Amino acid sequence: MAAEKTVTITDSTGVHARPATVLVNKAGSFSSDVTVEYNGKSVNLKSIMGVMSLGIPKDAVIKIIAEGSDEQEAVNAIYEVIKQEGLGE
Amino acid sequence: MTKLTGIAASNGVAIAKAYTLEAPDLSFETIKVDDVDSEVQRLQDALDTSKKELEKIKENARQTLGDEHAEIFSAHLLVLSDPEMITPMTDKIKNESVNAEAALDQVANMFIDMFKGMDNEYMRERAADIQDVTKRVMAHLLKVSFPDPALIDEEVVIIAEDLTPSDTAQLNKQFVKGFTTNIGGRTSHSAIMARSLEIPAVVGTKSVTAEISDGDLVVVDGIDGEVIVNPNEDLLAQYKEKQADFAKQKEIWAQLKDEPTVSKDGSHVELVANIGTPDDVIGVLNNGGEGVGLYRTEFLYMGNSDFPTEDQQFEAYKSVLEQMGDKPVVVRTLDIGGDKELSYLDLPKEMNPFLGFRAVRLCLERDDIFRTQLRALLRASTYGNLKIMFPMIATLNEFRQAKALLLEEKENLKAEGIDVSDDIEIGIMVEIPSTAVIARQFAKEVDFFSIGTNDLIQYTMAADRMNERVSYLYQPYHPAILNLVNNVIEAAHAEGKWAGMCGEMAGDSIAIPILLGLGLDEFSMSATSILPARTQIKGLSKEEMASYKDQLLSMSTADEVEAFIREKTNQ
Repeated sequence: MAAEKTVTITDSTGVHARPATVLVNKAGSFSSDVTVEYNGKSVNLKSIMGVMSLGIPKDAVIKIIAEGSDEQEAVNAIYEVIKQEGLGE
Repeated sequence: MTKLTGIAASNGVAIAKAYTLEAPDLSFETIKVDDVDSEVQRLQDALDTSKKELEKIKENARQTLGDEHAEIFSAHLLVLSDPEMITPMTDKIKNESVNAEAALDQVANMFIDMFKGMDNEYMRERAADIQDVTKRVMAHLLKVSFPDPALIDEEVVIIAEDLTPSDTAQLNKQFVKGFTTNIGGRTSHSAIMARSLEIPAVVGTKSVTAEISDGDLVVVDGIDGEVIVNPNEDLLAQYKEKQADFAKQKEIWAQLKDEPTVSKDGSHVELVANIGTPDDVIGVLNNGGEGVGLYRTEFLYMGNSDFPTEDQQFEAYKSVLEQMGDKPVVVRTLDIGGDKELSYLDLPKEMNPFLGFRAVRLCLERDDIFRTQLRALLRASTYGNLKIMFPMIATLNEFRQAKALLLEEKENLKAEGIDVSDDIEIGIMVEIPSTAVIARQFAKEVDFFSIGTNDLIQYTMAADRMNERVSYLYQPYHPAILNLVNNVIEAAHAEGKWAGMCGEMAGDSIAIPILLGLGLDEFSMSATSILPARTQIKGLSKEEMASYKDQLLSMSTADEVEAFIREKTNQ
């Protein structure tokens, strides 16, 4: 069973370098595999280049998926960061 | 021993070992390796060393530039530990038995190409970040030195082709005693930074990078614009004496630190400083500045990966205002475009950037960017004595539009219950001849003028100040300039307003007597020029200088003006 959460990006410039850095750092602090899905593509959320390569714009709907021993905590923590950064909801 | 001549960009004498800031040769050959495990280890070591360096650079940037500027290095650090990047590299070494250099190059280029191929300008710019990071790792693999101003930990003078804003931002004054470059002039970015850091600099030497190697003993004489490489003992002793004399002179100047600027016959003028960041305020106060006459807000926007938010700007403005207390702080709104580019703002290349889409022209069209800055300024206004001016105003309509936006945001903030000062003066930069010519009409609507001579001179003389071949036309004492300046000051005074100047001319020892005579109210200059200027003004009679006004304004050439002033003021 994996944990997941769907988020809509509200930041006017989308997921650019600064918030991407925060997300990747946060994802990296969990042992679960964490991925982000957007536009039919899925990348490793622990990879800054992966996240950046998605080029996620404003109004994009993305899905955060974690799988592993701390999957629920990982999804919750990442969702918190997204809200704190004003990135999405 | 070699002696080079350049442009004296920042006062003082520096004597230290040379540190050349040149791009290293990163070429390599792709070879097959036998021991793939140790090759993977070699890659890992280079990555680890690079990470340690970036941590240090990041910490440095945090201290000198603040958290926001340091963030870009966090992204760089993540690239170095990115599994999607590192795993393909180690796989390549293991499966194809190629050396680490080839694996790094191929994988990095794949990502660089991918980012370059994206249709979003911002993402394309990220390719440069990956390139930056890759170069550092490659340098470690090849064991060539990768010069980096942030990593310097002994006393040096820096030798470079030119220094970029991010280079100068990373200079640590404790170790960097001075610098000298091949290109640049008194008003180029590196020169302005040198003065604000108060380190000696000689720019525009054309050949320092060719003449000097790492470890040479170098004298940078920023007083007379000379660079001496490996001086003999006699000469070295002479320069040490010159260095000591300059230090003594600085002490004498320092005695005037807390005195007002008053001429021999009792007229007061304001000597204020040009700054770029909140960190510069300390230099203003140490040099006895009576205020800030030009706060260039571009630095908040440059060397950044995104527009600064309203809160980030608010913090910077508030910090400057609080540090200055009740002393005036004139903030210039965003002057970007033209030669000053932002990586995250996609603007088409222009044939004549200095005559193009920049400053207030850009701000009025992109009012989303402009409004953010205005809101931040208005919110900060209650923390000190804020004055706001708009750059590159060519028509009254531009001023009216900019002012209307400012007042609109003020009402918006008040409606949101946020306190805004009601005493903010709103003025303009006079740097376009059309505005100087009809200053009388402007004076009815603005609260003050600040004459930006660097641009006013280049537009009046039709001479690009970055073009060395026409640099002879950059003539601050040209009678045409003096007449325009006089027109602006008279127009201001006729309406009971004040006129200042914030170009290099305001701190120039020939121009100061002229400007004093013309009745200029406020002189804004590099912080380090304030005390010498105060010393000079104390010895001048305003009435005497004013009596030369008609004579000066009717002279035919800049040389005539200069010779006249030299004679009258014994220079």
